[in-house]
Amino acid sequence: MMRFFDNTKIDFVGKRKFSFILSIVVILAGVISLIINGGPNYGIDFTGGLSLELDLTPVSETTERLTVADIRDALEENEIYGTEIQALRGVDQRNLFLINTQEAEGIGDKILDTIRMSFPEHIDPEYFMRRMDEVGPRIGEELRGKAILAIFWALLGIVIYIWWRFEFSFGIAAVIALFHDILITVGIFSLMGKEVSLAVVAALLMIVGYSLNDTIVIFDRIREDLKLHRKDSYSNVINFSINETLSRTVITSMTTFVVVLSLYIFGGTVINDFAFALLIGVIVGTYSSIFVASPLLVEHFQKRQKKLGTKSKRK
Amino acid sequence: MKKHKIRGIIILVVLLVTLYYFLPLIVPNLPGFWTEKRLNLGLDLQGGTQLQLEVDFSEVQLSESEREEAVRSALEIIRNRIDQFGVAEPSIQRSGSNRITVQLPGLDDPERAKDLIGRTAMLEFKLVASSENIEETYNALNEYLKDNHERYDFLDEFTEEIDEDEMIDILADEEEMEDFSVNDRIFTALTTAEGRTGLVEYRHLDKFRRLLEDEEFQKQIPAGLQILLGKENREDPYAAREVYVLRDRAELTGQYLDSAAVRIGEGYDPRTSGKPYVALNFSREGARIFANVTGQNIQRRLAIVLDDVVYVAPTIQDRIPGGEAQITGEFTMQETQDLVIVLRAGNLPAPVNIMEERTVGPTLGSDSIRAGIMAALIGMCIVVLFMLIYYKLSGLIANIALLVNICFIIAVLTMLEGTLTMPGIAGMILTIGMAVDANVIIFERIRENLKVGKTVRTAVDGGFSRALVTILDANITTLITAIVLYQFGTGPIRGFAVTLSIGIIGSMFAALILGKAIFDTFITNIRRERLSI
Repeated sequence: MMRFFDNTKIDFVGKRKFSFILSIVVILAGVISLIINGGPNYGIDFTGGLSLELDLTPVSETTERLTVADIRDALEENEIYGTEIQALRGVDQRNLFLINTQEAEGIGDKILDTIRMSFPEHIDPEYFMRRMDEVGPRIGEELRGKAILAIFWALLGIVIYIWWRFEFSFGIAAVIALFHDILITVGIFSLMGKEVSLAVVAALLMIVGYSLNDTIVIFDRIREDLKLHRKDSYSNVINFSINETLSRTVITSMTTFVVVLSLYIFGGTVINDFAFALLIGVIVGTYSSIFVASPLLVEHFQKRQKKLGTKSKRK
Repeated sequence: MKKHKIRGIIILVVLLVTLYYFLPLIVPNLPGFWTEKRLNLGLDLQGGTQLQLEVDFSEVQLSESEREEAVRSALEIIRNRIDQFGVAEPSIQRSGSNRITVQLPGLDDPERAKDLIGRTAMLEFKLVASSENIEETYNALNEYLKDNHERYDFLDEFTEEIDEDEMIDILADEEEMEDFSVNDRIFTALTTAEGRTGLVEYRHLDKFRRLLEDEEFQKQIPAGLQILLGKENREDPYAAREVYVLRDRAELTGQYLDSAAVRIGEGYDPRTSGKPYVALNFSREGARIFANVTGQNIQRRLAIVLDDVVYVAPTIQDRIPGGEAQITGEFTMQETQDLVIVLRAGNLPAPVNIMEERTVGPTLGSDSIRAGIMAALIGMCIVVLFMLIYYKLSGLIANIALLVNICFIIAVLTMLEGTLTMPGIAGMILTIGMAVDANVIIFERIRENLKVGKTVRTAVDGGFSRALVTILDANITTLITAIVLYQFGTGPIRGFAVTLSIGIIGSMFAALILGKAIFDTFITNIRRERLSI
């Protein structure tokens, strides 16, 4: 039979100092970027504002294609400042633009009118409006509060479930690993200057779900192995469990990664950031189950063992 | 064996239900009852506008119950306006204490919608035209349409109204053919439903509205009169609608109305006792006008019109002095309450603000669907191929489970009459990747068991029973996140949470129950010493 990782005996736990340092460095990089930028780069879902996606493909073939600069000039001529204009990679060679602004309400109509007046040659009235989101500042504020609450409740629910099914320490280790995943993903978004939209928050929660799924499978094996090998040291048992489940960890991560990659490449503009967050999440989530959550358990058990002294039968 | 029988029944039921709801998607022209429930496309896929409105109380001092009233009035006004807009299947829902969410599928001109919603409500009392006037109107319109039917080609089906009985008559009497070629009662035909004139069938509503909007047609309505539609029946939106011919001058407007309330009839008269009615109170000026109007028009009907839609047209029984009127009739409590809301809508105490507006044009929607299907197919192909290569025949079982799971998600969404959104499609794609996880966990366990020299039978049984605990723990925690996501999310994100949850449940069923059953049949029927895994 075909097998990856048959009978591996990799010492994951022994090298935990390295993995901890690596995690801390990556997290610090993200956190520093977050501090410098004054928090995540929230999208208009959370700040309020306008996001407009327009199809400005020339109607006739002889007309020249528009550039971002053309649009900025037209808007500034009409005293609309502070917009962020981006050309999107279009489907079927279409010329798509994304216009974002956090300016005052009602600016959407003004921008649309300006574009209609300035580029009649580039507007097919039936198709030119692809998407328009206008979010009032109060809704944005509410959503931000809700997003943070959602992540809090998800984590709490998980700790309680794991506490009930395993042990409190397992729950804490899992949640630390989840924080690790969220921090790294948000950090990478900040480093890359990407916006955190509502969809990205949904992706974060999804990462929590995925990473946890992964962690639980390993924890489950650790729980089983701890009962089977009562004399062996904690680090040996946990190492053994990670190696035993390594094959499944890698296969599931791979299949999930492949579909998310497919979503990222083929899924279209709407879902792009969401898929990108998931891509990071699948990698980080898999990493954290092996290199963060499980070694944390070893740390915890060893500390407890020291406290208990020689009463424990384990080496 | 008995356990297996129960399992067999469960599998059969789940598969049949899945098939039942999935089939309409791939087989066209199934009988009507079969396609009654369908999967709706979210606004982000079919295009449309979603507005989040808020009744703004920051400027006015209102009690709790007054606020409640204000929100309900606003809802009613908006419903009424949207109805006139002629959007197919709009959704107007209250969300939270003072928020209203309006969804207008297929509408990519949000300016028009905003315009309509932002207007102040207009409540008017108008007299229904006398029966002579109504007849005169119908005759004039029938005459006009007969002569100008080329102008209104959308009315073709009424222009030549020949049913089978008449066909025979025509053949028998060929001389009458010419007279028959143009129907001389087109307008009457359009406004006849259920055997009664003055009703428009639901399927003709659009044509009727188009006709009314035509300026030339408008000119044909006799001076001083107007034609308006009655309100939509909340219980049966597809029911025929009343057509009213009214005097176009408003006798009174909402500004003369001080209050309106629901009352229950007292006394011994069986016609009114215990039945709800609406009590009106006019201002002093209003009372004077109202007394005049009622005094001069006894036994005529007075229509209550909100934003050009007729709500009711009660008959004036007597001259009503003093400004206190009652609208009685065979109303249900709900109808009475609705009417009061309408009457109060004339002077809405708090403004309605647009908090959030999301519009998706038709091209983006269809792009998203195409992209979603593409991403799903490619992702699925890779996963299916991988499982086949890595686990061979067992991989095939996992792939069957995967396919069943995807059909299961779509079927359950259809059954719940859910809405498929772009994040929902993403959820389904993610499920494809994660659903094989349950199988991977099981197969890896079985492999381990085989390696230590267990027989196929015990290896499979042991693998399943040990994996069960792991799979349950792992999936329940994911379910917790999905539920939180649902609680926190709005529209599209909820769609994602729902598909994900169904996918998790489906994958557990497919891997643990269906997969095990297939394995069991494999092993029980043929004594196997080796397993393709």
